[in-house]
Amino acid sequence: MAISEQTLESMRDIVARYPQSRSALLPMLHLVQSAEGEVTAEGIAACADMLGISKAEVTGVSTFYTMYKRKPVGEHHIGVCVNTLCGLLGGDAVYEALSQRLGVGHNEPTADGKFSLERIECQAACTHAPVMTVDWEFMDDVTPSSAIDVVDRLARGEQVASTRGPAIRNFKATEYTLAFPDDGLEGDGNSVDDKMLAGLRYAKEHNMAAPQFGQEA
Amino acid sequence: MTLTPVITEHWDSPDLYTLDGYRRFGGYRALEKALKLDPDAIITTVKDSGLRGRGGAGFPTGLKWSFVPQNDGKPHYLVVNADESEPGACKDIPIMMANPHSLVEGVIITSFAIRASQAFIYIRGEVPNALRKVASAVAEARRAGLIGKNILGSGFDLEIVVHAGAGAYICGEETALLDSLEGLRGQPRLKPPFPAVAGLYASPTVINNVETICNIPYIVDRGVDWFRQFGTEKSPGFKVWAVSGHVNNPGIFEAPLGITMRELLGYAGGVRGDGKVKFWLPGGSSVPLLTAEHLDLPLTYEEMAAAGTMLGTGTPMIFDETVSVVKAVTRWLEFYKHESCGKCTPCREGTFWITGVLETFEHGHGKESDLELLVSACNQISGRSFCALGDAAATPFPAALKYFRDEFVAATESPVDEKFDPVASYIYAGAATR
Amino acid sequence: MSENFTTDVVPMVSVTIDGVVIEVPKGTLAIRAAELIGIEIPRFCDHPLLEPVAACRACLIEVEGMPKPQPACAQVVNDGMTIRTQESSEVAKDAQEGVMEFLLINHPLDCPVCDKGGECPLQNQSMSAGRPESRFEGEKRIFEKPINVSAQILLDRERCVSCARCTRFAEQIAGDPMIELLERGANQQVGVADEQPFDSYFSGNTIQICPVGALTSTSYRFRSRPFDLVSVPSTCEHCASGCSLRTDYRRGEITRRLAWDSPEVNEEWNCDKGRFGFTYLTDGRITTPLVRENGELRPASWPEAIDVAARGLAAAGSSTGVLTGGRLTQEDAYGYAKFARAILGTDNIDFRARATSSEETQYLRSAIAGTPVTVTYDALEKAPFVLLVAFEPEDESPMIFLRLRKAKTTVVSLGAVATRGLKKMGGTLLATKPGQEALVLRALPDHVKAALAQPGAVILVGERIAASAGGPSALAEVAAQTGASVAWVPRRAGERGALDVGALAGLLPGGRPITNDDARNEVAGVWGVDADALPRVIGLSGENIINAGSRENLRAFVIAGVDPVDLPDPEVTAVALARTAFIVSLDHHHSEFTQAADVVLPVALVTEKAGTFIDWEGRPRPFGQVFKDALAMSDATILGMLAKALGKQAGVWDGAGLRRELAELGQWTGVREELPSTGSAPLMSDAFRLASWRELLDAGVMQDGEPFLAATARPVIALISEAAAKQLGSPETITVGGPTGSVTLPVEIGDVIDDVVFLPMHSTGCSIYRDLGARIGSAVDVSAGGAA
Repeated sequence: MAISEQTLESMRDIVARYPQSRSALLPMLHLVQSAEGEVTAEGIAACADMLGISKAEVTGVSTFYTMYKRKPVGEHHIGVCVNTLCGLLGGDAVYEALSQRLGVGHNEPTADGKFSLERIECQAACTHAPVMTVDWEFMDDVTPSSAIDVVDRLARGEQVASTRGPAIRNFKATEYTLAFPDDGLEGDGNSVDDKMLAGLRYAKEHNMAAPQFGQEA
Repeated sequence: MTLTPVITEHWDSPDLYTLDGYRRFGGYRALEKALKLDPDAIITTVKDSGLRGRGGAGFPTGLKWSFVPQNDGKPHYLVVNADESEPGACKDIPIMMANPHSLVEGVIITSFAIRASQAFIYIRGEVPNALRKVASAVAEARRAGLIGKNILGSGFDLEIVVHAGAGAYICGEETALLDSLEGLRGQPRLKPPFPAVAGLYASPTVINNVETICNIPYIVDRGVDWFRQFGTEKSPGFKVWAVSGHVNNPGIFEAPLGITMRELLGYAGGVRGDGKVKFWLPGGSSVPLLTAEHLDLPLTYEEMAAAGTMLGTGTPMIFDETVSVVKAVTRWLEFYKHESCGKCTPCREGTFWITGVLETFEHGHGKESDLELLVSACNQISGRSFCALGDAAATPFPAALKYFRDEFVAATESPVDEKFDPVASYIYAGAATR
Repeated sequence: MSENFTTDVVPMVSVTIDGVVIEVPKGTLAIRAAELIGIEIPRFCDHPLLEPVAACRACLIEVEGMPKPQPACAQVVNDGMTIRTQESSEVAKDAQEGVMEFLLINHPLDCPVCDKGGECPLQNQSMSAGRPESRFEGEKRIFEKPINVSAQILLDRERCVSCARCTRFAEQIAGDPMIELLERGANQQVGVADEQPFDSYFSGNTIQICPVGALTSTSYRFRSRPFDLVSVPSTCEHCASGCSLRTDYRRGEITRRLAWDSPEVNEEWNCDKGRFGFTYLTDGRITTPLVRENGELRPASWPEAIDVAARGLAAAGSSTGVLTGGRLTQEDAYGYAKFARAILGTDNIDFRARATSSEETQYLRSAIAGTPVTVTYDALEKAPFVLLVAFEPEDESPMIFLRLRKAKTTVVSLGAVATRGLKKMGGTLLATKPGQEALVLRALPDHVKAALAQPGAVILVGERIAASAGGPSALAEVAAQTGASVAWVPRRAGERGALDVGALAGLLPGGRPITNDDARNEVAGVWGVDADALPRVIGLSGENIINAGSRENLRAFVIAGVDPVDLPDPEVTAVALARTAFIVSLDHHHSEFTQAADVVLPVALVTEKAGTFIDWEGRPRPFGQVFKDALAMSDATILGMLAKALGKQAGVWDGAGLRRELAELGQWTGVREELPSTGSAPLMSDAFRLASWRELLDAGVMQDGEPFLAATARPVIALISEAAAKQLGSPETITVGGPTGSVTLPVEIGDVIDDVVFLPMHSTGCSIYRDLGARIGSAVDVSAGGAA
């Protein structure tokens, strides 16, 4: 598919953020994925053209980072952390359950293009293990059954909220956020949960506080 | 030791992520104060505070800033390392989601101190919700005149770009992050030159971790003496501890450096079940694991080093006795193999080799003689790879072997899943039977 | 000039390596310092001409005071530093062996079928720095093999050790980053993007610097083993860059050519034409003398052919034109210069098989012929400013291109196209319509004039200035005004040598004017002939020789190594060949000239004789005979036979003797001809003007028989500006018409002056003299469309 003039215009906007144009490449490739659902040859050529670098240079970058996909991703891209902590605390079982349910393996899309599945590395949410992501939004503290429930509801077209973040949109929408992060969704959903407040609440309940300024311990 | 919420103090305020919500608790007061100071005085204050980098290495922050040459005629850059990807580390992402303005305020003050008029916040791409929170905070701050030209009438100009990564653990290595930010493959750079002299775009650059930067407004606002009442002489200050694993109440706990793991476990509701810790890691998979005998050590840079490990990111992972250490270590090595950037031979080939051999143990057909081979291969990586990723990859196995040799020997007889039912280690209640 | 340069005295530092104290220049890398005392530290990613990367870690050494072993390839030695290599440090030895073991775990054991086997740094260093047995028992990484990174270069990824020499060469040296490291970690591999192969003019260097057998050439793959080859140092015959080469042969056939180390000229690089363009040497040789009988050429014996040639030349006498082509060695060109004057008694001689002008002729005689070396590669590297005039280095002298890239000097090109090559040198364009160089040179912007006035500033002028009216004169004026040094860069390997030895009308060897009595006397003395027998009037030069032939004003031609397609007027050339009574052609391959000749005398190839090319600097680049038992005779030897058959003598005709004569003659120190000062650029109408030059890889005969090389040539296109394309309705193809015909080519949009169209001068499907009857700067018709 040819890269649209609108996408090219957005690429120029990204380039304009940086003192040196090549810095725009990572967000530009996210933008390509937001339009194409993967990093296509046309997307690589468009980035190379705009930045005045070779297609090999763009390909070297696009194949280095795991978020850039070389084949179509599902409408929803599901990640399950299988790094040690999440995996052993149940992520392995979550992944297996989803793999069976969707009938796909690592980095594979379902035949209907609705979902794709990925074994992902640590998502910086170990306190919320096992962690799943839908279109890279957090689905914390999942179990095999809760994970399947999320997928089923998405399949039925129901709205699903991220456990710490906005309502799930789709893979392409998230990729657009990665290119243009100020997406206006910062107020959607809840981003601070019980686990993030565990210490603060404990402190409050037990009258613990840091000494304020001028107040020596 | 008590909990001391500072960075996390107002996280329960629902609109803290907005400018108004942040200002309600004195937000940007430190900035107003800072802009009236001599930038060098801020550097001195941070130096005197003894603040050490919270990204894992613990390098003194003020010292790092002081390496930036001044009046060199080159643009200076501040780059915030928000690429939190270390297995076990989960404190920067929560900070950015809960209180993005504290990061933004820290960025503005730090940029002012090091005379940078352009800052970048490099956030790993897999966490869009942290990205949008910070981007929104930056946009709000810009609208309020806290970013842009002539900030609060000080004559200081600053632009902040929020930049998304794309999935590469190595970009947490500061020079790899710079290459990535320049639109290249995220592979580490040869040093010297060091980033403070020739970093981003070959200009002087300071790279700091999110939590480190979030400390800055408090230090500037409340002073060195206030800051130093937390922690120890060599590890001053407070820390956002993220306790994960087989504990009853995993989560974020802010307390001074020097608190013990046992104390933190207490706040986190203790280890589930019989309460026994099998092994734990103070800060990420890249630091050598410890056992129950180490629970009473103060969590400081110096005490952890003395115990043969490192404080790392200060995000302890706790594993109980249901966990096979062989499986845990194998999984970490699979991670390092996956994340090795490929630049240097020891890391690229060593992680490939070691992971393959460890997998033979996990599947129950390891050879006992291979344990020495693995130690030798780790020694061939450690200290010889291009960057710390190789060193990190060479860390889990020798540490595990030190305390759990028998388990590896047992893994020459039968697959680890036979001895350690995977279901037993699942955290959720009523885990499905296999 | 030189007094304006400060000589940088590099301070020395003292370093102890394995107990040996040595002094080295500050900034020296440990790996090089160790070499100085005979210690070879293993290395793969290290290359002296590439930036250190310290990636392979094979060179780890112990440095006192540093907790970890350090890479010797990136460790600058400091004063007082103590270093222990594998020779004295167990830590270093262990580290190196460990890295070697890692490198081998995924390396295939296919050395017996690998091209690199026998000359492989990995193989060699695993023997010297590795452990005897591998402890790796897993499965090796495998890849589909091989992949084409270009038509010419194949990649076996499983052999690759990720040293990144090839990708760093492509980026740092050639400026063609079309190969890159792809993927990550253990999957990291070299590769290209879809539909953008590694078509760099310099791609072959990556094969040579690959420390394993990962990169191989299509032409050499599986052809030979290094230890079965005989290697001979050579000089490249393809252009005036003067590259040192190594020619490898086996059973009388060249198997490959490599760039050879010549720090002052080509460093360790060469271009793909020089590396791969050698099949022409063996295919289609003329093996015996030929004489014309009943209108047909037939084989003849040497005595018969010499006899026929001598009789024909005797009849023509001084009514003969001698064309020597520009590809000859200095010795052979000198043979023709002597043969024309002393044997035939004519001054009608020229080495230029291309567009010429009397203004250029005068300029070359006055300013270049027989002058000492002034501008060198090193001078280019140090120059604060370089102005290019009618010269496209990447196509016309690739080593100058590489050196200017390395120099990072300020480059301004006076031309019609801001080429990719110019951009890769960081250069900028001073827009000049082809043919109007004089106009622009005489009105240079002040900043360019000021830049040229800096000490060390250089003007590099290409041979295309010849056809630009007023160009040579204006050039001489600018040089005089600014004090900038001028270097003339011809395209062909033999042009400068031919000019220096007098293979040009009006010139005797060493830059001597033929009109000067002292000059003639000096030369006659060395030749052992009567000075009065030498011509004293300037003869015909350049295109005038052909023109005279076409008007039956010459009775004979002696033609050596000229390809008629090089001459700007194919019709006049054909007429001249038809009308000239007697033609002797000395060549090794057939052309229209040999086909029109009355006698064809086969000459030795560049591989069958020793000789000397003079590069653009004026630097002699001698080379030895590759095939020692070759029977073919050099041009000069044959000329000696002809002289004898004509009953005349003039010194000696063997290579060594000719070199002695040239040394004896030396350079002319007397009065030189005046510089030209008359020409002016023509006024130009609004019509499209034709810009053109020969691309490095084109339809040239010396690239015959190498399809893989040809496949890496630039696409043949018509280059116009965006505005011009818009005006033409943004067509996909355009038709460019000249006086005798037209070509239709795909359009490419580039940084070109709006009313200029660039066409390749002599590529497959577009040869401007043949197809258009147009010359550089000609007005041409440009229209949209047409069948490509």
